[in-house]
Amino acid sequence: MRRWLTLLDGPQTLGRGPAFWAAFVLLILFAALLPAFVDPFAITNLTYFLVWVFISLGLSLIWGYAGILSFGQTAFFGLAGYTYGVISINLGDAGLWTWFALAVSLVLPAMLAVVIGYFMFYGGVRDVFVGIVTLSITLVFETFMAQTAGPEWTIGTARLNGFNGMANMPPLTLPWDESPLIFDGPALFWLVLGLAILVYLGLRIMVNSRFGNVLVAIRENPDRAEMLGYNIRMYQLVVFVIGSVLAGMSGVLYTLWGSYITPSSMGLTAAALPIVWVAAGGRKDLTATLFATLLLLWLSQQLAVKGSQYALIWMGVILLVVVLFAPEGLFVTVWKRLRGRILSRQGTATPKAASSSSA
Amino acid sequence: MATILQTRGLRKHFGGLSAINGVDLAVEEGELRCLIGPNGAGKSTLFKLILGAYQPSAGEILFRGEDISSLRPHLRVQRGMSIKFQVPGIFLELPVEQNLRIALQRAYRGAALGTELDRLLDLIDLAFQRDELAANLSHGQQQWLEIAMAVALKPSMLLLDEPTAGMSPEETFKTGELVKKLNASGMTIIVIEHDMAFVRQIARRVTVLHIGQVFYEGTLDEIIGNEDVVRIYLGKV
Repeated sequence: MRRWLTLLDGPQTLGRGPAFWAAFVLLILFAALLPAFVDPFAITNLTYFLVWVFISLGLSLIWGYAGILSFGQTAFFGLAGYTYGVISINLGDAGLWTWFALAVSLVLPAMLAVVIGYFMFYGGVRDVFVGIVTLSITLVFETFMAQTAGPEWTIGTARLNGFNGMANMPPLTLPWDESPLIFDGPALFWLVLGLAILVYLGLRIMVNSRFGNVLVAIRENPDRAEMLGYNIRMYQLVVFVIGSVLAGMSGVLYTLWGSYITPSSMGLTAAALPIVWVAAGGRKDLTATLFATLLLLWLSQQLAVKGSQYALIWMGVILLVVVLFAPEGLFVTVWKRLRGRILSRQGTATPKAASSSSA
Repeated sequence: MATILQTRGLRKHFGGLSAINGVDLAVEEGELRCLIGPNGAGKSTLFKLILGAYQPSAGEILFRGEDISSLRPHLRVQRGMSIKFQVPGIFLELPVEQNLRIALQRAYRGAALGTELDRLLDLIDLAFQRDELAANLSHGQQQWLEIAMAVALKPSMLLLDEPTAGMSPEETFKTGELVKKLNASGMTIIVIEHDMAFVRQIARRVTVLHIGQVFYEGTLDEIIGNEDVVRIYLGKV
Protein backbone atom coordinates (compact mmCIF):
# COMPACT_ATOMS: atom_id res chain seq x y z
CA MET A 1 0.00 0.00 0.00
CA ARG A 2 2.79 2.38 0.99
CA ARG A 3 4.62 1.53 -2.20
CA TRP A 4 1.59 2.50 -4.27
CA LEU A 5 1.31 5.80 -2.46
CA THR A 6 4.94 6.67 -3.15
CA LEU A 7 4.34 5.91 -6.83
CA LEU A 8 1.58 8.54 -6.89
CA ASP A 9 4.25 11.11 -6.15
CA GLY A 10 7.03 9.88 -8.43
CA PRO A 11 9.42 11.48 -10.89
CA GLN A 12 7.24 11.34 -14.00
CA THR A 13 4.53 13.65 -12.67
CA LEU A 14 5.00 17.34 -11.95
CA GLY A 15 2.44 18.09 -9.24
CA ARG A 16 4.01 16.68 -6.06
CA GLY A 17 4.21 17.12 -2.34
CA PRO A 18 1.75 17.84 0.50
CA ALA A 19 0.60 21.21 -0.85
CA PHE A 20 -0.36 19.70 -4.20
CA TRP A 21 -2.30 16.85 -2.63
CA ALA A 22 -4.05 19.13 -0.17
CA ALA A 23 -5.23 21.30 -3.06
CA PHE A 24 -6.20 18.18 -4.97
CA VAL A 25 -8.40 16.84 -2.14
CA LEU A 26 -10.01 20.26 -1.62
CA LEU A 27 -10.77 20.51 -5.32
CA ILE A 28 -12.40 17.07 -5.35
CA LEU A 29 -14.50 17.89 -2.29
CA PHE A 30 -15.55 21.15 -3.91
CA ALA A 31 -16.46 19.37 -7.16
CA ALA A 32 -18.34 16.60 -5.37
CA LEU A 33 -20.45 19.11 -3.44
CA LEU A 34 -21.28 21.23 -6.47
CA PRO A 35 -24.63 19.57 -7.26
CA ALA A 36 -25.92 20.93 -3.96
CA PHE A 37 -25.17 24.51 -4.94
CA VAL A 38 -25.43 25.01 -8.68
CA ASP A 39 -28.30 24.49 -11.09
CA PRO A 40 -28.83 21.19 -12.95
CA PHE A 41 -27.77 22.69 -16.27
CA ALA A 42 -24.33 23.57 -14.89
CA ILE A 43 -23.95 20.02 -13.59
CA THR A 44 -24.85 18.58 -16.98
CA ASN A 45 -22.31 20.91 -18.49
CA LEU A 46 -19.58 19.92 -16.04
CA THR A 47 -20.33 16.27 -16.73
CA TYR A 48 -19.82 16.98 -20.41
CA PHE A 49 -16.37 18.49 -19.72
CA LEU A 50 -15.35 15.58 -17.53
CA VAL A 51 -16.44 13.04 -20.15
CA TRP A 52 -13.54 14.11 -22.39
CA VAL A 53 -10.88 13.81 -19.71
CA PHE A 54 -10.40 10.09 -20.40
CA ILE A 55 -9.50 10.37 -24.08
CA SER A 56 -7.09 13.18 -23.14
CA LEU A 57 -5.39 11.28 -20.34
CA GLY A 58 -5.11 8.25 -22.62
CA LEU A 59 -3.51 10.36 -25.35
CA SER A 60 -1.15 11.94 -22.82
CA LEU A 61 -0.11 8.42 -21.82
CA ILE A 62 0.57 7.11 -25.33
CA TRP A 63 1.83 10.36 -26.89
CA GLY A 64 3.30 12.32 -24.00
CA TYR A 65 4.78 9.45 -22.03
CA ALA A 66 5.45 6.74 -24.62
CA GLY A 67 6.11 9.03 -27.59
CA ILE A 68 3.51 7.52 -29.94
CA LEU A 69 1.41 10.20 -31.64
CA SER A 70 -1.96 8.65 -32.37
CA PHE A 71 -4.17 10.98 -34.38
CA GLY A 72 -7.13 8.64 -34.37
CA GLN A 73 -8.17 8.02 -30.78
CA THR A 74 -11.67 9.01 -31.88
CA ALA A 75 -11.96 5.67 -33.71
CA PHE A 76 -12.11 3.99 -30.29
CA PHE A 77 -14.36 6.74 -28.96
CA GLY A 78 -16.89 6.17 -31.74
CA LEU A 79 -16.65 2.40 -31.66
CA ALA A 80 -17.41 2.40 -27.93
CA GLY A 81 -20.28 4.87 -28.32
CA TYR A 82 -21.95 2.91 -31.11
CA THR A 83 -21.37 -0.38 -29.30
CA TYR A 84 -23.16 0.95 -26.24
CA GLY A 85 -25.99 2.20 -28.42
CA VAL A 86 -26.49 -1.05 -30.31
CA ILE A 87 -26.35 -3.30 -27.24
CA SER A 88 -28.40 -1.14 -24.87
CA ILE A 89 -31.11 -0.43 -27.44
CA ASN A 90 -31.42 -4.16 -28.12
CA LEU A 91 -31.25 -5.40 -24.54
CA GLY A 92 -33.01 -2.53 -22.78
CA ASP A 93 -32.36 -1.25 -19.28
CA ALA A 94 -33.67 -4.18 -17.25
CA GLY A 95 -31.39 -5.79 -14.68
CA LEU A 96 -27.72 -5.13 -15.29
CA TRP A 97 -27.92 -5.06 -19.08
CA THR A 98 -26.80 -1.43 -19.42
CA TRP A 99 -23.68 -2.27 -17.39
CA PHE A 100 -23.09 -5.25 -19.62
CA ALA A 101 -23.32 -2.89 -22.63
CA LEU A 102 -20.83 -0.56 -20.92
CA ALA A 103 -18.37 -3.41 -20.37
CA VAL A 104 -18.59 -4.66 -23.96
CA SER A 105 -18.14 -1.09 -25.16
CA LEU A 106 -14.76 -1.02 -23.43
CA VAL A 107 -13.70 -4.52 -24.52
CA LEU A 108 -14.28 -3.90 -28.24
CA PRO A 109 -11.97 -0.85 -28.46
CA ALA A 110 -9.36 -2.88 -26.57
CA MET A 111 -9.61 -5.67 -29.14
CA LEU A 112 -9.45 -3.23 -32.05
CA ALA A 113 -6.40 -1.56 -30.48
CA VAL A 114 -4.69 -4.93 -30.06
CA VAL A 115 -5.16 -5.69 -33.77
CA ILE A 116 -4.14 -2.23 -35.06
CA GLY A 117 -1.32 -1.93 -32.52
CA TYR A 118 0.03 -5.37 -33.30
CA PHE A 119 0.36 -4.64 -37.01
CA MET A 120 1.80 -1.16 -36.39
CA PHE A 121 4.34 -1.87 -33.68
CA TYR A 122 5.38 -5.38 -34.69
CA GLY A 123 5.43 -4.19 -38.29
CA GLY A 124 7.92 -1.46 -37.39
CA VAL A 125 5.61 1.53 -38.04
CA ARG A 126 7.12 4.50 -36.22
CA ASP A 127 6.84 8.24 -35.65
CA VAL A 128 4.52 10.23 -37.90
CA PHE A 129 3.29 7.10 -39.70
CA VAL A 130 1.45 5.95 -36.57
CA GLY A 131 -0.49 9.21 -36.76
CA ILE A 132 -1.28 8.69 -40.43
CA VAL A 133 -2.46 5.10 -39.91
CA THR A 134 -4.66 5.93 -36.92
CA LEU A 135 -6.11 9.06 -38.56
CA SER A 136 -6.98 7.01 -41.66
CA ILE A 137 -8.76 4.44 -39.53
CA THR A 138 -10.95 6.96 -37.74
CA LEU A 139 -11.83 8.69 -41.06
CA VAL A 140 -12.75 5.34 -42.60
CA PHE A 141 -15.02 4.67 -39.60
CA GLU A 142 -16.64 8.08 -39.97
CA THR A 143 -17.22 7.63 -43.71
CA PHE A 144 -18.63 4.17 -43.20
CA MET A 145 -21.03 5.16 -40.43
CA ALA A 146 -22.16 8.24 -42.39
CA GLN A 147 -23.53 6.04 -45.18
CA THR A 148 -25.66 3.83 -42.90
CA ALA A 149 -28.78 5.96 -43.27
CA GLY A 150 -30.85 3.30 -45.03
CA PRO A 151 -33.18 0.92 -43.15
CA GLU A 152 -30.97 -2.04 -44.18
CA TRP A 153 -28.34 -0.76 -41.69
CA THR A 154 -30.04 -2.14 -38.61
CA ILE A 155 -28.58 -4.35 -35.90
CA GLY A 156 -31.44 -6.06 -34.09
CA THR A 157 -33.76 -3.19 -33.24
CA ALA A 158 -31.00 -0.54 -33.42
CA ARG A 159 -30.91 1.67 -36.50
CA LEU A 160 -27.42 3.04 -37.23
CA ASN A 161 -29.09 6.01 -38.88
CA GLY A 162 -26.25 7.37 -41.04
CA PHE A 163 -25.04 10.91 -40.61
CA ASN A 164 -27.75 11.81 -38.10
CA GLY A 165 -26.41 9.19 -35.73
CA MET A 166 -28.00 6.93 -33.17
CA ALA A 167 -30.13 8.26 -30.35
CA ASN A 168 -32.35 7.25 -27.46
CA MET A 169 -30.16 4.65 -25.85
CA PRO A 170 -31.14 4.03 -22.19
CA PRO A 171 -29.00 5.51 -19.39
CA LEU A 172 -27.04 3.32 -17.00
CA THR A 173 -29.58 1.71 -14.68
CA LEU A 174 -29.09 -0.21 -11.41
CA PRO A 175 -31.96 -2.28 -9.98
CA TRP A 176 -32.78 -0.78 -6.56
CA ASP A 177 -35.49 -1.67 -4.00
CA GLU A 178 -38.66 -0.18 -5.49
CA SER A 179 -37.51 2.03 -8.36
CA PRO A 180 -34.25 1.50 -10.26
CA LEU A 181 -31.32 3.89 -9.79
CA ILE A 182 -30.87 5.83 -13.02
CA PHE A 183 -27.55 7.51 -13.74
CA ASP A 184 -28.39 10.92 -15.06
CA GLY A 185 -28.08 14.41 -13.63
CA PRO A 186 -25.98 14.52 -10.43
CA ALA A 187 -25.67 10.69 -10.30
CA LEU A 188 -24.00 10.63 -13.72
CA PHE A 189 -21.85 13.60 -12.67
CA TRP A 190 -20.62 11.75 -9.57
CA LEU A 191 -20.01 8.58 -11.56
CA VAL A 192 -17.95 10.41 -14.20
CA LEU A 193 -16.12 12.45 -11.57
CA GLY A 194 -15.29 9.29 -9.60
CA LEU A 195 -14.06 7.49 -12.72
CA ALA A 196 -11.95 10.49 -13.72
CA ILE A 197 -10.27 10.58 -10.30
CA LEU A 198 -9.67 6.81 -10.34
CA VAL A 199 -8.21 6.90 -13.84
CA TYR A 200 -6.05 9.94 -13.05
CA LEU A 201 -4.62 8.36 -9.89
CA GLY A 202 -4.21 4.98 -11.58
CA LEU A 203 -2.29 6.53 -14.45
CA ARG A 204 -0.09 8.46 -12.02
CA ILE A 205 0.83 5.18 -10.35
CA MET A 206 1.45 3.59 -13.74
CA VAL A 207 3.72 6.29 -15.17
CA ASN A 208 5.80 6.43 -11.99
CA SER A 209 6.19 2.65 -11.80
CA ARG A 210 8.87 0.53 -13.45
CA PHE A 211 6.48 0.22 -16.40
CA GLY A 212 6.32 4.01 -16.71
CA ASN A 213 10.11 4.27 -16.54
CA VAL A 214 10.32 2.03 -19.59
CA LEU A 215 7.66 4.07 -21.45
CA VAL A 216 9.66 7.25 -20.94
CA ALA A 217 12.83 5.43 -21.98
CA ILE A 218 11.15 4.33 -25.22
CA ARG A 219 10.02 7.90 -25.88
CA GLU A 220 13.52 9.28 -25.31
CA ASN A 221 15.50 6.64 -27.19
CA PRO A 222 13.80 3.46 -28.41
CA ASP A 223 17.04 1.84 -29.56
CA ARG A 224 18.68 2.30 -26.17
CA ALA A 225 15.56 1.02 -24.42
CA GLU A 226 15.64 -2.11 -26.55
CA MET A 227 19.36 -2.57 -25.86
CA LEU A 228 18.57 -2.47 -22.15
CA GLY A 229 16.60 -5.64 -22.73
CA TYR A 230 13.07 -4.22 -22.95
CA ASN A 231 10.64 -5.62 -25.47
CA ILE A 232 9.68 -2.19 -26.73
CA ARG A 233 7.04 -3.40 -29.19
CA MET A 234 5.17 -5.11 -26.39
CA TYR A 235 5.31 -1.98 -24.20
CA GLN A 236 4.08 0.16 -27.11
CA LEU A 237 1.23 -2.24 -27.77
CA VAL A 238 0.15 -2.38 -24.12
CA VAL A 239 0.19 1.38 -23.70
CA PHE A 240 -1.68 1.89 -26.98
CA VAL A 241 -4.40 -0.51 -25.81
CA ILE A 242 -4.73 1.25 -22.44
CA GLY A 243 -4.97 4.66 -24.11
CA SER A 244 -7.54 3.34 -26.54
CA VAL A 245 -9.72 1.84 -23.82
CA LEU A 246 -9.69 5.27 -22.18
CA ALA A 247 -10.77 6.83 -25.48
CA GLY A 248 -13.54 4.23 -25.52
CA MET A 249 -14.51 5.21 -21.99
CA SER A 250 -14.96 8.80 -23.15
CA GLY A 251 -17.06 7.50 -26.04
CA VAL A 252 -19.40 5.49 -23.82
CA LEU A 253 -19.77 8.27 -21.27
CA TYR A 254 -20.43 10.80 -24.03
CA THR A 255 -23.13 8.53 -25.44
CA LEU A 256 -24.65 8.12 -21.98
CA TRP A 257 -24.49 11.84 -21.34
CA GLY A 258 -26.34 12.94 -24.44
CA SER A 259 -28.13 9.71 -25.44
CA TYR A 260 -26.71 10.03 -28.92
CA ILE A 261 -23.61 9.32 -30.99
CA THR A 262 -22.91 10.50 -34.53
CA PRO A 263 -20.27 9.70 -37.17
CA SER A 264 -18.82 13.21 -36.86
CA SER A 265 -17.53 12.19 -33.42
CA MET A 266 -14.93 10.24 -35.42
CA GLY A 267 -14.26 12.93 -38.03
CA LEU A 268 -11.22 15.09 -38.63
CA THR A 269 -12.26 17.92 -36.31
CA ALA A 270 -13.12 15.53 -33.49
CA ALA A 271 -9.81 13.71 -33.99
CA ALA A 272 -7.79 16.92 -33.85
CA LEU A 273 -9.34 18.33 -30.67
CA PRO A 274 -7.76 15.87 -28.18
CA ILE A 275 -4.38 16.65 -29.78
CA VAL A 276 -4.96 20.36 -29.06
CA TRP A 277 -6.03 19.76 -25.45
CA VAL A 278 -3.12 17.47 -24.69
CA ALA A 279 -0.49 19.59 -26.46
CA ALA A 280 -1.75 22.87 -24.96
CA GLY A 281 -1.35 21.92 -21.31
CA GLY A 282 1.72 19.73 -21.66
CA ARG A 283 1.48 16.25 -23.08
CA LYS A 284 4.24 14.89 -20.84
CA ASP A 285 2.23 15.51 -17.70
CA LEU A 286 -1.10 14.00 -16.68
CA THR A 287 -2.11 16.88 -14.41
CA ALA A 288 -1.41 19.52 -17.05
CA THR A 289 -3.40 17.46 -19.56
CA LEU A 290 -6.31 17.09 -17.15
CA PHE A 291 -6.68 20.80 -16.46
CA ALA A 292 -5.95 21.92 -20.02
CA THR A 293 -8.74 19.65 -21.27
CA LEU A 294 -11.30 21.04 -18.84
CA LEU A 295 -10.20 24.63 -19.41
CA LEU A 296 -10.20 24.45 -23.20
CA LEU A 297 -13.58 22.70 -23.30
CA TRP A 298 -14.99 25.46 -21.13
CA LEU A 299 -13.31 28.08 -23.30
CA SER A 300 -14.61 26.67 -26.58
CA GLN A 301 -18.09 26.51 -25.12
CA GLN A 302 -17.89 30.18 -24.09
CA LEU A 303 -16.64 31.07 -27.57
CA ALA A 304 -19.30 28.94 -29.25
CA VAL A 305 -22.01 30.72 -27.31
CA LYS A 306 -20.73 34.05 -28.63
CA GLY A 307 -20.05 33.15 -32.26
CA SER A 308 -20.49 29.59 -33.40
CA GLN A 309 -17.60 28.60 -35.66
CA TYR A 310 -14.95 30.86 -34.12
CA ALA A 311 -14.39 28.39 -31.28
CA LEU A 312 -12.58 25.93 -33.56
CA ILE A 313 -10.47 28.66 -35.12
CA TRP A 314 -9.37 29.73 -31.64
CA MET A 315 -8.48 26.12 -30.80
CA GLY A 316 -6.27 26.12 -33.88
CA VAL A 317 -4.67 29.41 -32.85
CA ILE A 318 -3.99 28.03 -29.37
CA LEU A 319 -2.31 24.95 -30.86
CA LEU A 320 -0.13 27.11 -33.11
CA VAL A 321 0.89 29.43 -30.29
CA VAL A 322 1.76 26.52 -28.03
CA VAL A 323 3.77 24.70 -30.69
CA LEU A 324 5.71 27.87 -31.51
CA PHE A 325 6.28 29.38 -28.07
CA ALA A 326 5.82 26.64 -25.47
CA PRO A 327 6.35 23.29 -27.19
CA GLU A 328 6.29 21.50 -23.84
CA GLY A 329 2.80 22.90 -23.20
CA LEU A 330 1.65 26.06 -21.44
CA PHE A 331 1.13 24.63 -17.95
CA VAL A 332 4.35 22.62 -17.97
CA THR A 333 6.38 25.59 -19.21
CA VAL A 334 4.92 27.98 -16.62
CA TRP A 335 5.36 25.39 -13.88
CA LYS A 336 9.02 24.82 -14.73
CA ARG A 337 9.74 28.57 -14.93
CA LEU A 338 8.11 29.16 -11.54
CA ARG A 339 9.94 26.28 -9.93
CA GLY A 340 13.23 27.42 -11.44
CA ARG A 341 12.66 30.92 -10.03
CA ILE A 342 11.78 29.58 -6.58
CA LEU A 343 14.81 27.29 -6.54
CA SER A 344 17.18 30.07 -7.62
CA ARG A 345 15.72 32.39 -4.97
CA GLN A 346 16.32 29.71 -2.32
CA GLY A 347 19.81 29.33 -3.76
CA THR A 348 20.65 32.99 -3.21
CA ALA A 349 19.07 32.98 0.25
CA THR A 350 21.35 30.15 1.38
CA PRO A 351 24.70 30.72 -0.36
CA LYS A 352 26.27 27.83 1.55
CA ALA A 353 23.93 25.26 0.04
CA ALA A 354 24.33 26.80 -3.40
CA SER A 355 28.11 26.66 -3.35
CA SER A 356 28.20 23.06 -2.13
CA SER A 357 25.78 21.91 -4.83
CA SER A 358 27.77 23.57 -7.59
CA ALA A 359 31.15 22.34 -6.31
CA MET B 1 37.82 -21.80 -20.81
CA ALA B 2 34.61 -21.98 -22.75
CA THR B 3 33.87 -19.90 -25.81
CA ILE B 4 31.24 -17.28 -24.97
CA LEU B 5 30.88 -15.69 -28.42
CA GLN B 6 31.50 -17.16 -31.82
CA THR B 7 30.68 -15.92 -35.31
CA ARG B 8 30.85 -18.20 -38.34
CA GLY B 9 31.04 -16.89 -41.89
CA LEU B 10 29.26 -13.70 -40.81
CA ARG B 11 28.34 -11.38 -43.68
CA LYS B 12 26.41 -8.14 -43.96
CA HIS B 13 25.66 -6.38 -47.22
CA PHE B 14 24.07 -2.95 -47.55
CA GLY B 15 22.93 -2.98 -51.15
CA GLY B 16 26.11 -3.47 -53.12
CA LEU B 17 28.40 -2.64 -50.21
CA SER B 18 29.64 -5.57 -48.14
CA ALA B 19 30.44 -4.14 -44.72
CA ILE B 20 31.15 -7.50 -43.10
CA ASN B 21 32.62 -10.05 -45.39
CA GLY B 22 32.92 -13.44 -43.72
CA VAL B 23 34.01 -12.82 -40.13
CA ASP B 24 35.00 -15.82 -37.99
CA LEU B 25 35.58 -14.62 -34.46
CA ALA B 26 35.82 -16.54 -31.20
CA VAL B 27 35.96 -14.88 -27.78
CA GLU B 28 36.62 -16.86 -24.61
CA GLU B 29 34.73 -16.44 -21.37
CA GLY B 30 36.40 -13.79 -19.19
CA GLU B 31 38.48 -12.36 -22.01
CA LEU B 32 39.22 -8.68 -22.55
CA ARG B 33 39.50 -8.29 -26.31
CA CYS B 34 40.26 -5.22 -28.36
CA LEU B 35 38.90 -4.76 -31.86
CA ILE B 36 40.87 -2.33 -33.99
CA GLY B 37 40.98 -1.43 -37.64
CA PRO B 38 40.86 1.53 -40.00
CA ASN B 39 37.68 3.53 -40.51
CA GLY B 40 35.15 1.54 -42.48
CA ALA B 41 36.65 -1.80 -41.44
CA GLY B 42 33.25 -2.91 -40.17
CA LYS B 43 33.88 -2.79 -36.43
CA SER B 44 30.66 -1.04 -35.40
CA THR B 45 28.66 -3.06 -37.93
CA LEU B 46 30.00 -6.23 -36.34
CA PHE B 47 28.80 -5.03 -32.91
CA LYS B 48 25.39 -4.22 -34.32
CA LEU B 49 25.16 -7.69 -35.83
CA ILE B 50 26.13 -9.31 -32.53
CA LEU B 51 23.46 -7.32 -30.63
CA GLY B 52 20.83 -7.72 -33.33
CA ALA B 53 20.41 -4.10 -34.41
CA TYR B 54 21.19 -5.50 -37.89
CA GLN B 55 20.22 -8.89 -39.29
CA PRO B 56 23.14 -10.75 -40.92
CA SER B 57 23.01 -11.39 -44.68
CA ALA B 58 24.68 -14.77 -44.09
CA GLY B 59 26.45 -16.74 -41.37
CA GLU B 60 25.62 -17.31 -37.74
CA ILE B 61 26.31 -15.89 -34.29
CA LEU B 62 26.64 -18.24 -31.33
CA PHE B 63 26.34 -16.99 -27.75
CA ARG B 64 27.33 -19.69 -25.26
CA GLY B 65 26.75 -22.26 -27.99
CA GLU B 66 23.22 -21.05 -28.81
CA ASP B 67 22.52 -19.70 -32.29
CA ILE B 68 21.11 -16.21 -31.63
CA SER B 69 21.32 -14.92 -35.22
CA SER B 70 17.57 -14.42 -35.58
CA LEU B 71 16.72 -13.29 -32.03
CA ARG B 72 15.38 -9.78 -31.40
CA PRO B 73 17.86 -7.44 -29.63
CA HIS B 74 16.09 -7.42 -26.26
CA LEU B 75 16.23 -11.21 -26.11
CA ARG B 76 19.97 -11.15 -26.72
CA VAL B 77 20.36 -8.59 -23.94
CA GLN B 78 18.26 -10.79 -21.66
CA ARG B 79 20.73 -13.63 -22.35
CA GLY B 80 23.55 -11.56 -20.87
CA MET B 81 24.86 -9.15 -23.51
CA SER B 82 25.12 -5.42 -23.12
CA ILE B 83 26.44 -2.61 -25.31
CA LYS B 84 27.66 0.96 -25.14
CA PHE B 85 27.03 2.53 -28.55
CA GLN B 86 29.55 4.62 -30.46
CA VAL B 87 27.33 7.71 -30.25
CA PRO B 88 26.21 8.00 -26.61
CA GLY B 89 22.76 6.40 -26.47
CA ILE B 90 21.39 7.80 -23.26
CA PHE B 91 18.09 9.39 -22.31
CA LEU B 92 19.08 13.05 -22.74
CA GLU B 93 15.91 14.62 -21.35
CA LEU B 94 15.96 12.54 -18.16
CA PRO B 95 18.07 13.11 -15.02
CA VAL B 96 21.24 11.07 -14.57
CA GLU B 97 19.68 9.08 -11.75
CA GLN B 98 16.61 8.22 -13.83
CA ASN B 99 18.83 7.00 -16.67
CA LEU B 100 20.49 4.56 -14.31
CA ARG B 101 17.26 3.48 -12.65
CA ILE B 102 15.78 2.45 -15.99
CA ALA B 103 18.83 0.26 -16.62
CA LEU B 104 19.06 -1.05 -13.05
CA GLN B 105 15.41 -2.06 -12.66
CA ARG B 106 15.99 -5.04 -14.93
CA ALA B 107 18.34 -6.75 -12.49
CA TYR B 108 17.59 -5.09 -9.14
CA ARG B 109 14.60 -4.45 -6.88
CA GLY B 110 13.86 -2.23 -3.89
CA ALA B 111 16.72 -1.42 -1.52
CA ALA B 112 19.29 -3.36 -3.56
CA LEU B 113 18.54 -1.04 -6.48
CA GLY B 114 19.25 2.04 -4.37
CA THR B 115 22.54 0.58 -3.12
CA GLU B 116 23.67 -0.33 -6.61
CA LEU B 117 22.57 3.08 -7.90
CA ASP B 118 24.79 4.85 -5.36
CA ARG B 119 27.68 2.50 -6.12
CA LEU B 120 27.47 3.16 -9.88
CA LEU B 121 27.13 6.93 -9.38
CA ASP B 122 30.32 6.90 -7.28
CA LEU B 123 32.04 4.69 -9.82
CA ILE B 124 31.48 7.20 -12.63
CA ASP B 125 31.92 10.29 -10.42
CA LEU B 126 28.42 11.61 -11.07
CA ALA B 127 26.98 11.33 -7.54
CA PHE B 128 26.88 15.11 -7.16
CA GLN B 129 25.12 15.51 -10.53
CA ARG B 130 22.50 12.82 -10.07
CA ASP B 131 19.60 15.27 -10.59
CA GLU B 132 21.17 16.91 -13.63
CA LEU B 133 19.62 16.22 -17.04
CA ALA B 134 21.85 13.86 -19.00
CA ALA B 135 21.86 16.37 -21.86
CA ASN B 136 23.80 18.84 -19.66
CA LEU B 137 26.71 16.45 -19.03
CA SER B 138 30.03 16.73 -20.83
CA HIS B 139 30.69 14.27 -23.64
CA GLY B 140 33.03 12.22 -21.46
CA GLN B 141 30.47 12.09 -18.64
CA GLN B 142 27.81 10.96 -21.09
CA GLN B 143 30.14 8.15 -22.17
CA TRP B 144 30.59 7.10 -18.56
CA LEU B 145 26.89 7.28 -17.90
CA GLU B 146 26.23 4.94 -20.79
CA ILE B 147 28.96 2.56 -19.66
CA ALA B 148 27.34 2.52 -16.21
CA MET B 149 23.93 1.83 -17.80
CA ALA B 150 25.41 -1.06 -19.77
CA VAL B 151 27.07 -2.42 -16.62
CA ALA B 152 23.85 -2.02 -14.61
CA LEU B 153 22.34 -4.94 -16.51
CA LYS B 154 24.90 -7.26 -14.88
CA PRO B 155 25.93 -8.60 -18.30
CA SER B 156 28.23 -11.57 -18.78
CA MET B 157 29.52 -10.00 -22.00
CA LEU B 158 29.95 -6.25 -22.46
CA LEU B 159 30.57 -4.57 -25.83
CA LEU B 160 32.10 -1.09 -25.72
CA ASP B 161 32.19 0.89 -28.96
CA GLU B 162 34.84 3.61 -28.63
CA PRO B 163 34.32 4.23 -24.92
CA THR B 164 36.99 6.94 -24.67
CA ALA B 165 36.04 9.08 -27.68
CA GLY B 166 36.03 12.73 -26.61
CA MET B 167 37.75 12.04 -23.28
CA SER B 168 40.84 13.79 -21.89
CA PRO B 169 43.95 11.61 -21.34
CA GLU B 170 43.17 11.40 -17.60
CA GLU B 171 39.58 10.39 -18.27
CA THR B 172 40.77 7.83 -20.80
CA PHE B 173 43.18 6.33 -18.30
CA LYS B 174 40.45 6.17 -15.68
CA THR B 175 38.13 4.45 -18.16
CA GLY B 176 40.88 1.91 -18.84
CA GLU B 177 41.20 1.14 -15.13
CA LEU B 178 37.40 0.79 -14.89
CA VAL B 179 37.34 -1.63 -17.83
CA LYS B 180 40.12 -3.71 -16.27
CA LYS B 181 38.30 -3.78 -12.95
CA LEU B 182 35.08 -4.98 -14.58
CA ASN B 183 37.00 -7.62 -16.48
CA ALA B 184 38.74 -8.78 -13.28
CA SER B 185 35.28 -9.35 -11.77
CA GLY B 186 34.64 -11.96 -14.47
CA MET B 187 32.92 -9.94 -17.20
CA THR B 188 33.87 -10.73 -20.79
CA ILE B 189 34.57 -7.43 -22.55
CA ILE B 190 35.09 -6.56 -26.22
CA VAL B 191 36.25 -3.01 -26.94
CA ILE B 192 36.43 -1.10 -30.21
CA GLU B 193 39.13 1.53 -29.84
CA HIS B 194 41.43 3.75 -31.88
CA ASP B 195 43.56 5.06 -29.03
CA MET B 196 46.60 2.74 -28.96
CA ALA B 197 47.70 3.92 -25.51
CA PHE B 198 44.31 2.82 -24.25
CA VAL B 199 44.59 -0.52 -26.06
CA ARG B 200 48.02 -1.05 -24.49
CA GLN B 201 46.63 -0.20 -21.07
CA ILE B 202 43.84 -2.77 -21.14
CA ALA B 203 44.13 -5.53 -23.69
CA ARG B 204 45.94 -8.79 -23.83
CA ARG B 205 44.56 -9.90 -27.15
CA VAL B 206 43.76 -7.73 -30.17
CA THR B 207 41.81 -8.49 -33.34
CA VAL B 208 42.43 -6.37 -36.42
CA LEU B 209 39.50 -5.94 -38.77
CA HIS B 210 40.04 -4.81 -42.35
CA ILE B 211 37.51 -4.50 -45.21
CA GLY B 212 34.99 -6.56 -43.29
CA GLN B 213 37.31 -9.44 -42.47
CA VAL B 214 39.56 -10.56 -39.61
CA PHE B 215 42.95 -9.41 -40.84
CA TYR B 216 45.14 -10.41 -37.92
CA GLU B 217 44.83 -11.59 -34.35
CA GLY B 218 47.47 -11.51 -31.62
CA THR B 219 48.97 -9.55 -28.76
CA LEU B 220 49.47 -5.81 -29.17
CA ASP B 221 53.24 -6.21 -29.58
CA GLU B 222 52.79 -8.80 -32.31
CA ILE B 223 50.38 -6.45 -34.07
CA ILE B 224 52.62 -3.40 -33.86
CA GLY B 225 55.50 -5.53 -35.16
CA ASN B 226 53.43 -6.74 -38.10
CA GLU B 227 54.21 -4.78 -41.27
CA ASP B 228 50.91 -5.60 -42.95
CA VAL B 229 48.90 -4.16 -40.06
CA VAL B 230 50.98 -1.00 -40.01
CA ARG B 231 50.47 -0.70 -43.75
CA ILE B 232 46.67 -0.93 -43.68
CA TYR B 233 46.55 1.67 -40.94
CA LEU B 234 48.64 3.98 -43.09
CA GLY B 235 46.33 3.19 -45.99
CA LYS B 236 48.79 1.54 -48.36
CA VAL B 237 46.85 -1.64 -49.10
